[in-house]
Amino acid sequence: MAPLDDLYREIILDHYRTPRNRGELATPPAHRVEGFNPLCGDEVTLYLELRDGRLADIKMTGRGCSISQASASLMGAAVKGKTLEEVNAALERFRQLMTVTETRLDEGAEPEPLDVRSLGELAALAGVVKFPVRIKCAMLAWATLAQGLSEASSH
Amino acid sequence: MSSYSPARVRADVPMLHRQVHGHPLTYLDSASSTLPPRAVIEAMDRYYECHHSNVHRGVYLTAEEATADYEGARAAVARFINAPGGAEEVVFTKNTTESFNLLARSWGASQTQPGDAVVVTEMEHHANVVPWFQLRDSHGIEVRFIPVGDDFRLDLSHVERVLAGAKLLSVTGMSNVLGTRNDLAALARLAHDHGALFAVDGAQSVAHGSTDVARDGIDFLAFSGHKMLGPTGVGVLWARRSLLEAMPPFLGGGGMIADVRTDGFTPAAGVARFEAGTPPIAEAVGLHAAIRYLEGLGPDAVEAHERELTRDALERLESTFADRVRVIGPHDVIDRGGVLSLDVEGVHPHDVAQVLDQHGVCVRPGHHCAKPLMRRFGLAATARASFGPYSLTRDTDALIEGLGHALALFA
Repeated sequence: MAPLDDLYREIILDHYRTPRNRGELATPPAHRVEGFNPLCGDEVTLYLELRDGRLADIKMTGRGCSISQASASLMGAAVKGKTLEEVNAALERFRQLMTVTETRLDEGAEPEPLDVRSLGELAALAGVVKFPVRIKCAMLAWATLAQGLSEASSH
Repeated sequence: MSSYSPARVRADVPMLHRQVHGHPLTYLDSASSTLPPRAVIEAMDRYYECHHSNVHRGVYLTAEEATADYEGARAAVARFINAPGGAEEVVFTKNTTESFNLLARSWGASQTQPGDAVVVTEMEHHANVVPWFQLRDSHGIEVRFIPVGDDFRLDLSHVERVLAGAKLLSVTGMSNVLGTRNDLAALARLAHDHGALFAVDGAQSVAHGSTDVARDGIDFLAFSGHKMLGPTGVGVLWARRSLLEAMPPFLGGGGMIADVRTDGFTPAAGVARFEAGTPPIAEAVGLHAAIRYLEGLGPDAVEAHERELTRDALERLESTFADRVRVIGPHDVIDRGGVLSLDVEGVHPHDVAQVLDQHGVCVRPGHHCAKPLMRRFGLAATARASFGPYSLTRDTDALIEGLGHALALFA
């Protein structure tokens, strides 16, 4: 099992203690979406303001474990102001980062290392995959973002 | 006299000899599942190596042996809980949850009318809540709750009103979150005075003190093998014979019938009609060995030891952390078992448990399948440490060291 420092990287603790983009946006024009992790009670609420093909603004509230809340904060910082294509690409990259590949179950075989350079600060969450129970915590905000984007675009 | 020695029990449990992250395993999750002693594992090995066959069918020697093993386990359960009607009152199930589903779908569906009430408490595990809501949705019964007070004990101040017209009162022997033990004999009297039957969720209590259905006036008792040093996959529903005889079958299939024709079937008599399909034979054998092992320790001695561990842990948590670690449960050890639900200031239970894991300490984060209770105290989750017959004060040492680390990391 990986050492604890792989999970609780300084960037993660920083985002947990000082979360970015906290707050609410007026709805409308913003779209509000909630996500829950029923097993441990993590929750996150996102306010998404889409304008001219961009995620012009994002705010969030929520409570839960350090991984769920830091991941939400890191996500907000990564996707705010980006075009929807860029946001969707980041979502896809993050999903890949959180995927336990079958080779990981095969002791001795090292998985193909994922290139995390394009992820910036989000790379701090790469260690979560070594703690499979926590992947759901890290994914919560991202799954909620995906749901919110799909709801907002169908309105 | 019991010759109980927690250190000897520890030596008997193979898993307690392994290392985790370079530390000896500190297992503080017995409320989730207890660790089996070697005697249980060996009994199941012996069964599979020498006696395994299907039960109640073959007439060859090993089939007779397997049947004797399985029925012997039933007799052991009856003795263990002092069932007045003996083995014929003991139904083997998969676990406590299945036992409650059997109770709700068989007794509940046949013996209740729309508008009848089933009373549970705010401190119940979902296993003793959801099947009653399902019965409400299918049969129109009413589900009422006895509230939990700020002292973490049942608030019986309005119990007369809650029990008025009730058909059943179903209560846990010990809360899996708070550690609160309920006075079963007193609750049984209350239920019976109101014309209601009395069911007990024994999952948390059977391995941590004596259980006596005759003494306490219990009508139904549900519990699981794996929470009493036995294997997973076997549980028990005990019911008074007169009640069991009035209950229709639950699951249909092989083994539970007297006859099957092209126009219908006739259920078997006795407990067989509740045990469709090949039952958990090896698991029943393991449960038998667990019962023998627990009886050898002496239930009262185990209860006294866990009470002393709990008293010591409550004191040291308080003196070490003061308000930074809050125990959600009674702060005295009267009518209280060895379950410590912790709320650690500024650290989510998931993070608490993760840091503790690095110290080799196993605790359980979450809502513990008791969401009505968590909601009552305004919590989404706690980190729960719980003792077993093999627990020692050095487990509490490791817990306190790990909690100190968690507080420092997230400060």
